[in-house]
Amino acid sequence: MSLTEELIKTRHWISHRHPHAVGSPLLKVEHLSLRYDGFNALEDISFEIKHGERVAIVGPNGAGKSTLLKIIAGVLKPSEGNIDIYGHEPSGHICIGYVPQRNQVDWNFPVTVRDVVMMGRIGKLGLFHNPTRHDWEIVQQALETVGITPLAHRLIHQLSGGQQQRMFIARALAQEAELLLLDEPLTGLDLTTQEDIFRILEILQTKGVTVLLALHDLKLAEEHFDKVLLLNVRLIAFGSPNQVLQPDILLQAYGGHLHFVQSSQGIVAVEGSCCEGGEEHP
Amino acid sequence: MSQWLLAPLQYPFMVRGLIAVIMVGTVCAVVGTYVVLRGMAFFGDALAHAILPGVAVGYLLGNGAREPLFWWALIASVVSALGIGAISRNTKIKEDTAIGIIFAGMFALGITLISTVRSYSVDLSHFLFGDVLGVSGKDLWLSGSFSLLILLSVFGFYKEFLVLSFDPILAATLRLPAKLLDFFLMILIALAIVVSLQTVGVALMVAMLVTPAATAYLISPRLPRMIFVAAFIASLSGLIGLYLSYYFSLASGGVIVLTTTLIFLIVWAWRNVRWRKA
Repeated sequence: MSLTEELIKTRHWISHRHPHAVGSPLLKVEHLSLRYDGFNALEDISFEIKHGERVAIVGPNGAGKSTLLKIIAGVLKPSEGNIDIYGHEPSGHICIGYVPQRNQVDWNFPVTVRDVVMMGRIGKLGLFHNPTRHDWEIVQQALETVGITPLAHRLIHQLSGGQQQRMFIARALAQEAELLLLDEPLTGLDLTTQEDIFRILEILQTKGVTVLLALHDLKLAEEHFDKVLLLNVRLIAFGSPNQVLQPDILLQAYGGHLHFVQSSQGIVAVEGSCCEGGEEHP
Repeated sequence: MSQWLLAPLQYPFMVRGLIAVIMVGTVCAVVGTYVVLRGMAFFGDALAHAILPGVAVGYLLGNGAREPLFWWALIASVVSALGIGAISRNTKIKEDTAIGIIFAGMFALGITLISTVRSYSVDLSHFLFGDVLGVSGKDLWLSGSFSLLILLSVFGFYKEFLVLSFDPILAATLRLPAKLLDFFLMILIALAIVVSLQTVGVALMVAMLVTPAATAYLISPRLPRMIFVAAFIASLSGLIGLYLSYYFSLASGGVIVLTTTLIFLIVWAWRNVRWRKA
């Protein structure tokens, strides 16, 4: 991006954002592609998400899940295609919350939980404005919603995995995010903690936040989401969990790396690459 | 003791030196906090070395006057910062390689230019290692105004620099002009280097940027405290170094940097002992 574009963006930064067009879908992705050095990271992806839906993005490693989330967040630019959020491109919005993968955060950074959550307010504050009492109240409410009020003054390196995720969700709440993107938030969390996160996501749904979450576990996708988006560079399938999580469809995305196990709850798919002693996908 | 402390202050050059080390210590440490948190130490070192050709041109054109040095050094640092950015962005060359190329090339240009002067080695050593006792009143005013500008900028953009350093993706989703802020921070580092040129010299500059801030990082829970502790450690090191240099006729730049290093080692050792006990 050139400096001139940056300067134009600065104008947006100070002036107002795009209004949300009434009646348009919350998120509309059309023929989206991203190429790096000649190979396709994402290819011709189109789908729509309605307000308040909870959508899981599943697919093998290297399928482009993180890339897709970053493009929707407006952090990466697609090579081709359009993304509309309430009828406008992502770069016009500050209502998109993004929860990064835990291993991409510098946990030794000298900030407290409250400091990180307040970062979500910065887009609304504008240059040379300090947080007001109103901003601190919003931060306080966000901490309460995700249940980490007692941790407000903890340093971030003192948090457990689940608390780290809650903090980032609280930050998105403080940002007043209407679309929340989470990149593999459940990786490395135990079952109870995963359940806690889902409870928080349910609370967000009642607040009208639309959730788009990348994850590995197909069973969780089936249990907790309205829709599943199956991705492997291309969009393999998009629809309700029952429609998408079918053996023949999954096979298209995962190839031979998936095993199906019949269980009481139906068919359970297990990603097999870890058990064959073979190497993981990059 | 008080006699030992006060005696040197009868000389105006010592008073000026004292003001200079506190100013430089504060500015470098404040900017250096971001250098440490963002892992830009190599960039800072390179930028310090890359201002040498600017210093040389100012020196050759100004017939020994100090002011042109300052402005030319400023131009050289901005050009280098832009050059490093341009090379690493537009080719497959990684940023640290681009920094290496620009850094060595500019430094070589500086040495070559300075070597055209007869009193080459004396002057070169002043640029490389600083000469805090040679600071003039006019120098102080010029560096003082720029120091103030740097400090005001860091405090004015505190929350933006915080977000940019901690989570660039959040900065992007909040639609902050990340590239512009990155560039602005680079310019502030360049300014801090030019302001400190006379006190520590280009070869030791990175220590002023990194060591006090790293020491503060070890003992400060939150960023605001880290900034203040870093500034305090750097200013204190400057003072101690200046007195040692006065009484034992040692190179001021070297002693100041040695003092910061010693403080770092003490704090680091203390933290390690405590950490093991816990």
